[in-house]
Amino acid sequence: MKKKLVMIGNGMAGVRTIEELLKLQPDGFEITIFGNEPHPNYNRIMLSTVLQGDKSIEDIIMNDWDWYKSNDIQLFAGEEVVEIDKEKKQVISEQGRKVDYDELIIATGSSSFILPVPGSDKKGVVGFRDIHDCEMMIKDSRQYKKAAVIGGGLLGLEAARGLLNLGMEVDVVHLMPHLMERQLDGTASGMLKKELENQGMNFLLEKQTAEILGDERVTGLRFTDGTEIRADLVVMAVGIRPNVQLAKDSGIYVNRGIVVNDYMETDVQNIYAVGECAEHREIVYGLVAPLYEQGKVLAANLAGIPTNPYEGTICGTQLKVSGCDLFSAGEIGDDEGTKSIKVHNEFDGIYKKIVIRDNRIAGIVLYGDTKDSNRLFRMLTKREDISGMTSVSILEASGCCGGGEAGDVAAMADDELVCGCNGVTKGTIVEAIRTNELTTVDEVGGCTNAGRSCGRCKSLISDILAYTLGDQYDTTAKKAGICGCTTLSKDEVVAEIREKGLTNVREVMNVLGWSQEEGCSKCRPAINYYLGMVHYDGYKDERDSRLVNEKMHANIQKDGTYSVVPRMYGGVTTAADLKKIAEVAEKYDVPLVKLTGGQRIGLFGVNKEDLPAMWEDLGMPSGYAYGKTLRTVKTCVGEKFCRFGTQDSMGLGIELEKKFERLDTPHKVKMGVSACPRNCAESGIKDIGFVGVDGGWEIYIGGNGGTDLRAADLLDTVKTKEEALEITGAYLQYYRETAAYLERTAPWLERMGLDHVKEVLADENMRKQLNERLDKTLERYNEPWNEAISDRAIKEKYYQVRSVSVE
Amino acid sequence: MQTTKVRIKVADYDSLPERAGQAVTINGQTIVLFRISTGDVKAVENRSPHRKGGTLADALVSGNFIYCPVYDLKISLEDGKVQAPDTGEVKTYQVEVFGNEVHITI
Repeated sequence: MKKKLVMIGNGMAGVRTIEELLKLQPDGFEITIFGNEPHPNYNRIMLSTVLQGDKSIEDIIMNDWDWYKSNDIQLFAGEEVVEIDKEKKQVISEQGRKVDYDELIIATGSSSFILPVPGSDKKGVVGFRDIHDCEMMIKDSRQYKKAAVIGGGLLGLEAARGLLNLGMEVDVVHLMPHLMERQLDGTASGMLKKELENQGMNFLLEKQTAEILGDERVTGLRFTDGTEIRADLVVMAVGIRPNVQLAKDSGIYVNRGIVVNDYMETDVQNIYAVGECAEHREIVYGLVAPLYEQGKVLAANLAGIPTNPYEGTICGTQLKVSGCDLFSAGEIGDDEGTKSIKVHNEFDGIYKKIVIRDNRIAGIVLYGDTKDSNRLFRMLTKREDISGMTSVSILEASGCCGGGEAGDVAAMADDELVCGCNGVTKGTIVEAIRTNELTTVDEVGGCTNAGRSCGRCKSLISDILAYTLGDQYDTTAKKAGICGCTTLSKDEVVAEIREKGLTNVREVMNVLGWSQEEGCSKCRPAINYYLGMVHYDGYKDERDSRLVNEKMHANIQKDGTYSVVPRMYGGVTTAADLKKIAEVAEKYDVPLVKLTGGQRIGLFGVNKEDLPAMWEDLGMPSGYAYGKTLRTVKTCVGEKFCRFGTQDSMGLGIELEKKFERLDTPHKVKMGVSACPRNCAESGIKDIGFVGVDGGWEIYIGGNGGTDLRAADLLDTVKTKEEALEITGAYLQYYRETAAYLERTAPWLERMGLDHVKEVLADENMRKQLNERLDKTLERYNEPWNEAISDRAIKEKYYQVRSVSVE
Repeated sequence: MQTTKVRIKVADYDSLPERAGQAVTINGQTIVLFRISTGDVKAVENRSPHRKGGTLADALVSGNFIYCPVYDLKISLEDGKVQAPDTGEVKTYQVEVFGNEVHITI
């Protein structure tokens, strides 16, 4: 006969225990689960992403109703157990249901700790713990505008970010002088505060709530210092309290949580506790990793399988708020027995601290760059002795592009690939450096080709140079010009163009003493761009200095054919245009018709001499799929058709594309417009992306989905389409004026600093001037396909292939 | 197999664009003529010496060199040699200009 297993609680830790048990002993138990909430088991950790609009409640369900059914589990959802009868081995629910058990698991989890201040029972005061809280906040955000979050810890900040996404103004009230003081030290905490302030949060630190004001519904908070704030919604995120009342009433030993031993057994036989309600070696855990470990031990115990005892867990935490990359684990503070290694790069906003005790890592704080978190956390949990390592190899601040690190270089095998694009190994590079006495990354590239394709490995090459040359390597020693023809940097070239009033490419090269008289494929397009940027009101573009695709207004393919991508504003087309495209594809026997990554239709494999005729037949403008310019504005369907859409994303997308098309930019620019934070147009990895929120648009900048993946940063939230266009214009022009040619917005933003760009764009007068120069620049452009069709000289020079026959 | 060299007229000199390539198909084979800054005309086979192929007709022209439009190889129009660090060679043809007539020998 099967043993009867009853579990009180239907949350993550408990259900994971059951899953483990089913794996170990599929037919051992007749299982009954009681859950307070009327939902199947869901991922509580992801509640903040639901609140922030990234996921729906359905998305975070972990075990759906069918799972319980197919595993023969009797589930009573929305039914609370009110009594445990230890003698009869029976639980009794609020509805009087009695269920016998042989084994009983208490997995009642925890609740939000609600501050015992007057008024905390008012309407509009919520915790942040379950789906119900989440739904309530979402509902309230539609009606009310001002929220206060009490608690500046992990949960409070995630809630605050969610409320901002829901269009509310948010004050975060915190008792302590620092945010997340349990995970971060003062420096990291300060950096976090600054970033979150930039995102729109307002902080009231060292404030203790004395009273929640209002009649039936909350209207504000009063603090112990007598000051008050207005609030229509108060979220309590000051901590969690293990749900232990039932256990206590049943005579089970309870301290802060239900006290368990290393096998998750309580002091009462056949009764176990797991998860946030359990206290193990005086610790009550609130993070998922330890709870899952507990579940594993408990499952083995129940199944009667020998298992290692649960001995506690060291936890690492991360904050799920975009733009705040942080990781923390172990001890944060210093004391007499600790020494710490710190790296603080204020310029890039990176801070790393490793706390060391007895030659072992005892704590980690990473802010701004968490890519080392796995490695360091592994060293911490494995208690690796680090006395033989240098501080640099433990904590390396460089490697901005995810490239390697100096400490790793020594450990790399000679046959390990450094440049994947060109298949160059470390050994080849070291050999080249030694035999040819190379001293710069460019020289290494010139000699071996390493780093000449995507460029991602350049920082690693730099590390190899440092490793090979030792002190002789000075990263700043040789000033690199914009190409091999000059030693002048981009800034110097642009300054000379302005000062000396240089107006064409040749003149720049002559006057500035180019070593190769007519320049090369690197400097020619760059100078042409800089000239066009400086002389915005009347530069005559030099077509022959452009990169081949821009010169031809089509993308060259590897066999010398070209592709044709017509403009399709915002990715919106018509049946008539689709027919035309289809007819042209048939008429010219186009080998491949494909949707591009940017929601456009591409015709691939077209002969050069067919281009003008095809363009004429299409009668559509060029989609500029080839240019260092605005490529496409990707949009979602938006409020016109989508039930989630809060804004007219197609409308804004089309307007952006119409306004900024053809503009020369240092590198390609991609935009995305999503009508809600579900972000179907992937606005978070675009050069500039828009996310519709209730009552406005969030504008994100500097995102990149390419070689170096980078999530965009929130620049601003605006109310109207006009404001969005104005900010975009200023942003693009500022990028045009300050970036190096071929520098994407992502590295540009890293270089300039988000705060700086924000400051520039916050200045109304500055925005106006930038937009004026931009508008003047935009006047200069003609539709290039139309120009090619109607101008015989262009047609002959660029698109004709002559034929001579020989007898 | 062609053993005898033939000299043929391929273009009018004044129709050739300056500092740009002009592709000419001769019996199915494409050759590119480059009229460089000095006024000289150079001719190369329209095939990049890069191992992945590609064409040269739309190359960027700088003095006596062209830059392969697809792989950015720097190629001498004098001898067809690819410049270091890359390697390879493209076939070149002898060009003669008689008055306004451009002839090449293949």
